[in-house]
Amino acid sequence: MLEKAQSGHPGGSLSAIDLITALFFHEMQMDPTDAAWEDRDRFVLSKGHGVPALYTVLSQRGVLPESELSTLRRINSRLQGHPDRVLFPFVEASTGSLGQGLSIAQGIALALKLQKKTARVFCLMGDGETQEGQIWETAMSAPKYKLNNLVALLDNNNGQIDGHVTEVMDLEPIAEKWRAFNWAVHKINGHSFSEIISALEKARTEKDRPTLILAKTVKGKGVSFMEDKIGWHGVAPTAEELKKALEELKGEKS
Amino acid sequence: MGAKATRDSFGEAVRDLGKENPAIVVLDADLSVSTKSVTFAKSFPDRFFQMGIAEANMIGTAAGMAFSGLIPFCCSFGCFLTGKYETIRVSVGYSKANVKLVGTHAGLGIGEDGYTQMGLEDMNLMRGLPGMTVINPSDDKTTRAAVRFAVEHQGPVYLRLTRQKLPDLHASESVFKVGKGIVLKKGAKLALIGTGGTVAEALQASENLADRNPWVIDIHTVKPIDKDLLKTLAHECTHIVTVEDHNIIGGLGSAVAEVLSETGFQGKLLRLGVQDTYGESGLPDELFEKYGFSAHQIAQKVNDWC
Repeated sequence: MLEKAQSGHPGGSLSAIDLITALFFHEMQMDPTDAAWEDRDRFVLSKGHGVPALYTVLSQRGVLPESELSTLRRINSRLQGHPDRVLFPFVEASTGSLGQGLSIAQGIALALKLQKKTARVFCLMGDGETQEGQIWETAMSAPKYKLNNLVALLDNNNGQIDGHVTEVMDLEPIAEKWRAFNWAVHKINGHSFSEIISALEKARTEKDRPTLILAKTVKGKGVSFMEDKIGWHGVAPTAEELKKALEELKGEKS
Repeated sequence: MGAKATRDSFGEAVRDLGKENPAIVVLDADLSVSTKSVTFAKSFPDRFFQMGIAEANMIGTAAGMAFSGLIPFCCSFGCFLTGKYETIRVSVGYSKANVKLVGTHAGLGIGEDGYTQMGLEDMNLMRGLPGMTVINPSDDKTTRAAVRFAVEHQGPVYLRLTRQKLPDLHASESVFKVGKGIVLKKGAKLALIGTGGTVAEALQASENLADRNPWVIDIHTVKPIDKDLLKTLAHECTHIVTVEDHNIIGGLGSAVAEVLSETGFQGKLLRLGVQDTYGESGLPDELFEKYGFSAHQIAQKVNDWC
């Protein structure tokens, strides 16, 4: 997909795809034929640059044909370089300007409560993204409103454009910060489906507070020459690199 | 003739409409007593959301609520609200979120608090977003009508309101039609165009300019602006004056200039308002006088000009 588009963000897509897969294939209620089904669980991709991973999972879930994935980032495609809810409502929110998705997810969660609906809201953030102040405004407000129907997942791949997150603007101690804001926090390996599912199950049991799943991930996961390489944040692979990457990814899965 | 701050009219209108429509919710960022969203909060505490001094989060939250079928009114001072431009740009504008942004304390009219609290660039910012309707009503009746419009309209709206009282100018809510200016006085070769808090000033100035028989126009909807009415004025008039409690860049004066320049207007345009400077503390009347758009100043400047 990215090789065809010759632009995009492979590193942050590969770090997030296991989390997104677990949500769409295990946790969330959805109707692949109806983006507006009012009882659906919602997913907001706050780290909008990871959208190739979301398009891929939605394709596997039957929302769009796999053949359409090659239109990513092309003119007249509904698969914009960052999610666009007007063109493609299944993405729920238009994101890409970092720091805004968690507020939107909170608004959906508040509305669902007001409407006495049991659907839930999941929001995936990047770790670098949480350097934005707006994230911490929501970190404050979601516990005030006791949003136990809101689950934030933090893709902690420690990579951002200008370097490692720990060097650019260190966020540690991450778990302690969110706990101090009165969130339930679960630290997991973001590439272990059993750990992801277990954390999501714990989130279901919360009575009066939101959950943060702090998922330790690897940027470029599954591709040896991309793993934890900052240079692969926003660069598409060549045809040759794609071939090698797919061989590695297929090998790991089989 | 009665007088009322348009923020007061808003508070009452949104409360009254809230009785009819359970989808209406109101958010505020620790200014509910000032924006008058408190009037709604008292009647509907479960549909009022106190978001603290965190406007960006409030705006994003309102977008999420709108995606779920609610009609959120998001309230703060105009400067603080529109200052969170990037969140409005993506979460509201680009997303076509059905969010109603209510920016009070517009312009120099806030008075003694001084520049930092004055919305002097807010119309410019909001006008720059595709799909955003920008309404700056001039009195109680048109404010109530604008709030009703905002509820019924599917899409983002910026409603610009005053702290100071404004005299009643319009007989009924029915004179308000979004995107259509209101002709308060039909005239000859000179036109005075106001918006929000300056319409009353323009009307008063017209008394002192009676020998010129000026038109007086209330442009409550700055975007989309009433092109038909402006074309009529371009045809009838030789001199057109815009008056706004806002920077002359990007607000009413700019919007009118854009239309006139496209119609082949052969006359002259004078843009009164804050002349691309920052504001300062003072009484509203003193500031209007100093910055050149009190009724007295409007008449004097027009007489000096033509």
